[in-house]
Amino acid sequence: MTTLAIKPVPQTAEDFTSHPDFADVSRTVRTAPPRYRNEMGKYSIHRASTCVSCGKCVDICQHGVHVRPTGYRQVIRPFDYKCIGPDCGKTGRFCITNCPQHALSLDENPVFKTLGDYRWTPDLLASNWYMAETGRQPPRHLESQVGNSGGGFDRLRFVFPDTIPSGLRREDISTELLLNKRKNDSRPKIKIDVPWYGGGMSFGSTNIRAQLGKVRAAKAWNTFSCTGEGGYPERFIPYKDYMITQVATGLFGVREETIQRARIVEFKYAQGAKPGLGGHLLGDKNTPAVAAMREAVVGTSLFSPFPFHSVYSIEDHKKHLDWIAHVNRTALLSAKVSTPNDVEMVAVGSYCAGAHIVHMDGSYGGTGAAPNIAKKNIAMPIEYAISNVHQFLVAEGVRDEITLIVSGGIRNPWDIAKAIAMGADGIVIGTAELVSLGCIRCGCCESGRGCARGICTTDPELLQLLTVEWCTQRLVNLHAAFRECLVDILYRLGLESVAALRGRTDLLMHLDYENDRGKK
Amino acid sequence: MPAKYHIQTQPTPPRIRPEGKLGIVDWREDCSGCHNCVKKGCVYGLYRDEADALRDEVGYLDYIYQCKGCLTCVQNCTKNILTRVVNPEYERLGDNYYNPDIVLTTWFQAETGGVPVSGCGYGGPFSGEGFDSMWTDMSEIVRPTRDGIHGREYINTGVDIGRKLGRLSFEDMELRETPPPRIQSPLPLMFDNIAQHWAHVPVVSAVVKAATDLGLLALVSPDGIANLGTGANSPVVPLMDDKAAAPDGRFADSAMVVIQDSDRVAETVAAWKRENAQRIVAVRLASGKAAAARVQWLARQGVDVVNVVFDKHGRELDSAKPRHMRDAIREVHAALVKDCVRDEITVIASGGIALPEHMAKAIICGADLVTVDIPLILAMDCRLCGECERGEQCSVNLAGIDEQYAVRRLVNLMGSWHSQLLEMLGAMGIREARRLRGEVGRCMFFEDLERAAFGRIFGKRKEGRDGHQS
Repeated sequence: MTTLAIKPVPQTAEDFTSHPDFADVSRTVRTAPPRYRNEMGKYSIHRASTCVSCGKCVDICQHGVHVRPTGYRQVIRPFDYKCIGPDCGKTGRFCITNCPQHALSLDENPVFKTLGDYRWTPDLLASNWYMAETGRQPPRHLESQVGNSGGGFDRLRFVFPDTIPSGLRREDISTELLLNKRKNDSRPKIKIDVPWYGGGMSFGSTNIRAQLGKVRAAKAWNTFSCTGEGGYPERFIPYKDYMITQVATGLFGVREETIQRARIVEFKYAQGAKPGLGGHLLGDKNTPAVAAMREAVVGTSLFSPFPFHSVYSIEDHKKHLDWIAHVNRTALLSAKVSTPNDVEMVAVGSYCAGAHIVHMDGSYGGTGAAPNIAKKNIAMPIEYAISNVHQFLVAEGVRDEITLIVSGGIRNPWDIAKAIAMGADGIVIGTAELVSLGCIRCGCCESGRGCARGICTTDPELLQLLTVEWCTQRLVNLHAAFRECLVDILYRLGLESVAALRGRTDLLMHLDYENDRGKK
Repeated sequence: MPAKYHIQTQPTPPRIRPEGKLGIVDWREDCSGCHNCVKKGCVYGLYRDEADALRDEVGYLDYIYQCKGCLTCVQNCTKNILTRVVNPEYERLGDNYYNPDIVLTTWFQAETGGVPVSGCGYGGPFSGEGFDSMWTDMSEIVRPTRDGIHGREYINTGVDIGRKLGRLSFEDMELRETPPPRIQSPLPLMFDNIAQHWAHVPVVSAVVKAATDLGLLALVSPDGIANLGTGANSPVVPLMDDKAAAPDGRFADSAMVVIQDSDRVAETVAAWKRENAQRIVAVRLASGKAAAARVQWLARQGVDVVNVVFDKHGRELDSAKPRHMRDAIREVHAALVKDCVRDEITVIASGGIALPEHMAKAIICGADLVTVDIPLILAMDCRLCGECERGEQCSVNLAGIDEQYAVRRLVNLMGSWHSQLLEMLGAMGIREARRLRGEVGRCMFFEDLERAAFGRIFGKRKEGRDGHQS
């Protein structure tokens, strides 16, 4: 008889302090199935009552749609979210045509069509879920590269050369990113293994288990996650080397020790979800734990003002950075800004003030609840800002001394590659992480008790919908799949590192342009 | 400093069953009646309303409107018998400009008076026609206003209507010229005349009442006014339909009147001024290719206010190839600036103002203020089904609307628009709506951004690719 080793799942702060090994996490991909009974896929398969449970479908399906668990006589309800649809007909292993009883029928899933929006199409959501489940590139029946927004990344394509340099091997391609590019700088030359890190989502707005999953996956992949504005819960301490401390305008939960703990400290001047507006944590989400962390009164709405009331000039910004540089002698300094008209000047100003990283957050992204009018209208989309800022920094002669990180609507590895080719060094992802945890972008983060899917909530009951282990594995898988796709793109472009892709606009084309550069 | 302008809103649920975007279809014949029914677990408690409605046979199935589409019930149901669908009635709402999203968000604003908020970034098209191809700026570090709608500092949304003197001149320490009459509006908008097919007495009366409560002006046709009282302090501005309409004493004490442009407009304006010298006379003209030159001419004639009218979708009226207000109003504004008379005349833009962002963007393009028409009707539950225009019976019984209810919905709508305008002004670092006029430096246009970011990399933009989502 086999004894099942039940591995306790760390859930409370005590678990972490009593078992330091909980903080161990590996980047091994393990299947992490979605957590709902009826998962959403592009197709639905119906099994009629004429089925005789012969098991033929179980034998031929390569995608795990049809399953008969060991010891069972009947085939269980199809996992149709894994089905690749009519294309399967070409493989000769199509359950629909091979069923001796003609008991199976295939149709498009009507719910699938109601998912998503212009930017995150149903296909993009499903391909993200596939990556989070399997850690592999999405299947071909899903349009996993572009959305349907009609502009920006969705109209950019790579131009792949006909031949690949001989001797280039996928396993040799480097995806490392150096975060401190400053010459004559005594601070550590921090490198991360993938050219992206996780965006800030505050304690109070996001389920702590999702946050822990984020930072654990960041540790596994030697990259970073960010505290957001809500303070630094003790449960993050085991992962302090992979957690960015954010200093935002409300200064909620910012203490000397939280600054000293971090390898990167990020100043949040603005955020893409609501550029030019402050943050707002609804009173309902301000539970005793959140209030204690933020040193506020339970149940009151908490406003982060805009902007920093201590910063009204680039000189003030320098004073701010100097303050942190003094408190923590080894941390890298990052300035997170949005994308106004003069974003180039802001970027170069940040460089002059001593920042190592300029993080631009474009207007279409963001994870937090924000006024619709702000999300749609205020500040420019990130696609424009990347190109403008990169060119400007090059012209100023400081491009190689500063790390340009961008975010705001970057959904998948193709967007990452395009952003880097436009001139960014690295990326911050936020929504993609939430989607991999089961977010369907219904946008109701602020309604009622918070996110009905348990991701962005502080409701004690809804918190239980996630486990730290599951979140970690989904995100580890997502990072793995992202990296695999990125390496594949680099390989097809004939590049040996992601750093070599930066600013290579010659490898891009825009579907709405003549692409006649160089032709006179 | 004057008291802060504040709009007191109060929740006003719709009087008839509204359409929602998403609904849950429930194939009950397959239900196994299990004890862990997902309906009990709805985070928003919507099925409770369904149960009440079915048991008591009262009320409407509110849950169809309220479903947030979180999919929790659909994905957890033991037998997978629930399906989420997009409500076909929702897809039929409005038209291609006033799309279902705009109709729904207008209803939300009229119901709650709040700012529509959602999470997870923006999900719409990259850009679009007209106002959707411009973004407003924000100021990263330095800005004079703070904290948006929650702030302690004062952002003034008021504007002036009327002619202003180019300069003040004095003689013996006295003003040589008396400043012309001027009206202050606390928001940069006026209520436009309600189109004939909607202009039932309670509707017009509610519009006027709401304008009174809010301190705004309302354009009303003489027929509409016949049923209403008018006085010097009344918000009613007679909108004369007839080009040759001469003053006949009916509106002698109204503070402002709008007349139609015509060949003899100078004489008509003079006639109205003779009747009441303290009255502001606005000239309403159709937008089109010749509009900018015409406005220049009117300004030179000393007209107080011009009202440039676009169609209900914000497109030029008098043009074979109509441009959007975005471009046409910029041309008008630039022509007046060139003539050095921009500050002397007030420009009101009408047509196609569907959302508060349109109001801000029209002002950035050069209007002093805008008029709002269709959103007012939407706030009164209209679905823009067009049945009334075809002479059929109104499906939401606009004629029978309760005046007090309609007023509350309009006040809520304006409360929401006011808050959203403050958000935009706050982000831009602009302290006054007056200073926003013509501030194109505080916005970014699609074509400029494309040229700067992509043009220099990818060359010429293809013909016909205007970046609009088809």
